[in-house]
Amino acid sequence: MTSALSTEHFTATQNACKLCAPLGAALVFKGIANTVPLLHGSQGCSTYIRRYMISHFKEPLDIACSNFGEDTAIFGGGANIKLAIDNIRRQYDPDLIGVATTCLSETIGDDVPMFIRTYQADHRDEDLPALVHVATPSYQGTHMQGFHGAVRALVSALAEPEPAREPTRVNLFAGMVSPADLRALRTIIASFGLTPVLVPDYSDTLNGPLWTEYQRIPEGGTPVAALRQSGAAAASIECGLVLAGAGETAGTWLHENRNVPLHRLGLPIGIRQTDRFFDCLAALSGRPVPEKYTAQRGRLLDALVDGHKHLNGVRAAIFGEEDLVAGLAGYCGELGIVPVLCATGGGDGRFARTIRRVVPAAQHDRMQILEDVDFVDIEKALADMDVDLLIGHSKGYTMARRLKKPLVRVGFPVHDRVDGSRLAHLGYRGAQQLFDRLANTLIEEKQKSNAVGYTYY
Amino acid sequence: MAMGAKNNKPTKTVRPDPKDPATIKDRLLAKYPPKVARKRAKQIVVNKVKPGGDVPVISSNVRTVPGLIGQRGCCYAGCKGVVLGPTRDIINITHGPIGCGFYSWLTRRNQTDPDSGDGQNYMPYCFSTDMQDEEIIFGGEKKLKQAIQEAYDNFKPKAIAVFATCPVGLIGDDVHAVCREMKAKLGINVFGFSCEGYKGVSQSAGHHIANNGIFKHVVGLDDTVKEGNYRINLLGEYNIGGDAFEIERLFEKCGITLVSSYSGNSSIDQFANSHTADLNLIMCHRSINYVAEMMETKFGVPWIKVNFIGAAATAKSLRKIAQYFDEPELTAVVEKVIAEEMPAVEAACADVRSRTEGKRAMLFVGGSRAHHYQELFNELGMKTLSAGYEFGHRDDYEGRRVLPDIKVDADSRNIEELAIEPDPERFNPRISEEKKADLEAAGLKFAEYEGMMPEMEDGSLVIDDPSQHETDELIKQFKPDIFCAGIKEKYAVQKHGIPLKQLHSYDYGGPYAGFKGAVNFYKEIDRMVNSKVWQYMRAPWEEHPELSATYAWE
Repeated sequence: MTSALSTEHFTATQNACKLCAPLGAALVFKGIANTVPLLHGSQGCSTYIRRYMISHFKEPLDIACSNFGEDTAIFGGGANIKLAIDNIRRQYDPDLIGVATTCLSETIGDDVPMFIRTYQADHRDEDLPALVHVATPSYQGTHMQGFHGAVRALVSALAEPEPAREPTRVNLFAGMVSPADLRALRTIIASFGLTPVLVPDYSDTLNGPLWTEYQRIPEGGTPVAALRQSGAAAASIECGLVLAGAGETAGTWLHENRNVPLHRLGLPIGIRQTDRFFDCLAALSGRPVPEKYTAQRGRLLDALVDGHKHLNGVRAAIFGEEDLVAGLAGYCGELGIVPVLCATGGGDGRFARTIRRVVPAAQHDRMQILEDVDFVDIEKALADMDVDLLIGHSKGYTMARRLKKPLVRVGFPVHDRVDGSRLAHLGYRGAQQLFDRLANTLIEEKQKSNAVGYTYY
Repeated sequence: MAMGAKNNKPTKTVRPDPKDPATIKDRLLAKYPPKVARKRAKQIVVNKVKPGGDVPVISSNVRTVPGLIGQRGCCYAGCKGVVLGPTRDIINITHGPIGCGFYSWLTRRNQTDPDSGDGQNYMPYCFSTDMQDEEIIFGGEKKLKQAIQEAYDNFKPKAIAVFATCPVGLIGDDVHAVCREMKAKLGINVFGFSCEGYKGVSQSAGHHIANNGIFKHVVGLDDTVKEGNYRINLLGEYNIGGDAFEIERLFEKCGITLVSSYSGNSSIDQFANSHTADLNLIMCHRSINYVAEMMETKFGVPWIKVNFIGAAATAKSLRKIAQYFDEPELTAVVEKVIAEEMPAVEAACADVRSRTEGKRAMLFVGGSRAHHYQELFNELGMKTLSAGYEFGHRDDYEGRRVLPDIKVDADSRNIEELAIEPDPERFNPRISEEKKADLEAAGLKFAEYEGMMPEMEDGSLVIDDPSQHETDELIKQFKPDIFCAGIKEKYAVQKHGIPLKQLHSYDYGGPYAGFKGAVNFYKEIDRMVNSKVWQYMRAPWEEHPELSATYAWE
């Protein structure tokens, strides 16, 4: 096989480490109750994105489309979006239709907000679903911009003005995490006597049971009514150390327009970030951290002490979405793993300094941080790095296979394992699971390469 | 079926008689606005085969209504993903923003065997120009040239193909001009496809564009005649789950020489001299018939329809090849191979059939599998209640006899039809008109595909481009024992307690073609329709709530 790694700098992208913006937006809309995502563009986008996300979540995941044809591309998609909304209403009777644009409708300059206003005016006497639009041209940013953009769009379109403050209501903008993580965070917040409103919350819609009765749209998700009340919350928590530097998010919108205090934390990965998350909830609720979480934390630390020998000094490469990588890098620092390479396909300029902030200074000179890169760049950087372990999503498998290094799968997409939607990363229990998976992977490597076959580690 | 009626709450609505497909059709349409219902009504047909083989007209290859969640892909997907994707040694560059390239990155399960060629295999790679704002505004040709140059510098491939995505056509990038320029500069074959996603009504447009492109830029570049007897091409076989490997095994056993495959386990060199074959075999009529027709017009290679899905169909197809070449030696070998292979198949079938007989299937796949796989279900004694294509045309449903009656609408008119003339030097009819007439009289049909509907039972529902809503309704009404479609439908159907077999990716199983494939499929369907898991769908306390309420200590 010819080597991919001979040119110094690549103009084009080979084996990308990022996905496109409408995917992120569609995922967010799947986390709102009784909602149909609608991509405004050609049908391939909705088919590809459905197909791709389903391979990770292994759940029904419908995304409608306004089905541009060649004439639509020339004359504009106004008629198509109207017809699409009509048909979705008839078939699904949704509470919300989330409209995300594609590069096609963005390139021709369709004025989707105007289309929506016209539709609402034409049907003013009807019981209309909420119609929320987010601009997601895939030639700007990555799936994460689409994700965060859609969260902001939902809140800014729906949060009612001058709400009566509800002291126990807390908005949580957790970012693109797994259904298992969302479930964990919801439980944690509720255990402080707070009422969590997760935007989005696809923990049930994308990780549900078999149905004993027909469901038009899979049950679960944050109700539209809760989004309308999001301005009434006592606080918003927004997770993501990189996101925390973003100027325009759902959290900043609510802070600026509805006066909702904003707490910008990291993803609660590992000990320090999870401690901060619990501290924040304790402060918001005025209640102590429930005993069971202190116990979880205690057991985690106990396991870390017991298993430190397996992880200390291990050299890992982490790749994926910025905030997940930043969170994992911080946790690796706590575990004694040296994150010798932190890489992302995104590139908003804040990644490198965020990573340096969470990784112990002593490790900085052994660490390379890459932004806006593809897998060719990552593999090239790894060529002379001698890593022990790769931490990232399934698209890193080809690289792992060539490098003959184990890959611990995290985040999205995970389509070569069965547990993509059940992977836990957050909270003390998520940290525990991650620790167990990392340590076991390393032990297994040792066993595989050992001639005798020892069984005590 | 395993999910017995006792495990279900009585439904409020009385289950309609499955023998009344017209009622079910009405139910599928009930929620649509009148205009949409009228359009869809023409795409949902109750089958009725008249003596002579005429079937009802079905509207197909028409645009999907906005807001109906269908399963179709786009022109780009059909061109890059389906037809060109399985060729391992062409570097395919997606010219566009990152999504399209990413989602078509080794997504389909077409397998390849790099060691059967020169080892070059670019299928695990995803090349994209990853267009940004700047290119959308100022044009992306410069970046495309750089991408081609880089791909060349890094890999030194024999050929590079460029695929245009939606924005490319809109901003006016000329991918063909760029390809011509880079071809001259690099001295390798570089060619482009204007397969923007909004063209046509489905991936079918992309298949056509891919066929045209391969024919224009590759077929006929190498006149070397491959050694071996009975030289054939296999068209429309994409080696999902290793199907082509099984078919290749049978060809080899029979002494049939495969010149080129379009495009499972293929290399570009095979395309280049595929016009030297003496017969084209078509598996998937929809995606590849254009190449066969153009090759016949230009080079005189006739084509016949074959089907290697199903043991009987495989035997029949091998016999058709023998009939065409009309050599006693080949006929003898083919019969010997069939005789050798069939006992194992028959034994497996007899075992499984006792557990599958009488069960009911539905198939909604692509442009040929919904037809071909009915063969395997027939062998298992299973009935096909309903079937349809995602992107088939009327000829795939009703047979090529309707070709003259098909109205070409604006969407199809925009897809180029190449004007092909016989090649002045290389046109060479492989068999004489008399010989052809003799073979036809003996039952071998040339350039003919009879379509899916003439082979389906009267009263079965044929549904073109079904929406997710219609799919949900269908399974509610029919409760079939198995549903065959793709990953997009899989998990929704299974939520209802009905197993779904993916016939695009084979659920990462296979092969299902040929004799060994048939055995694999029998076992797989046995596993799926006889699974015991569905009986646990309700927990005991959900099933008998009165029990949990009457414990003595409460």
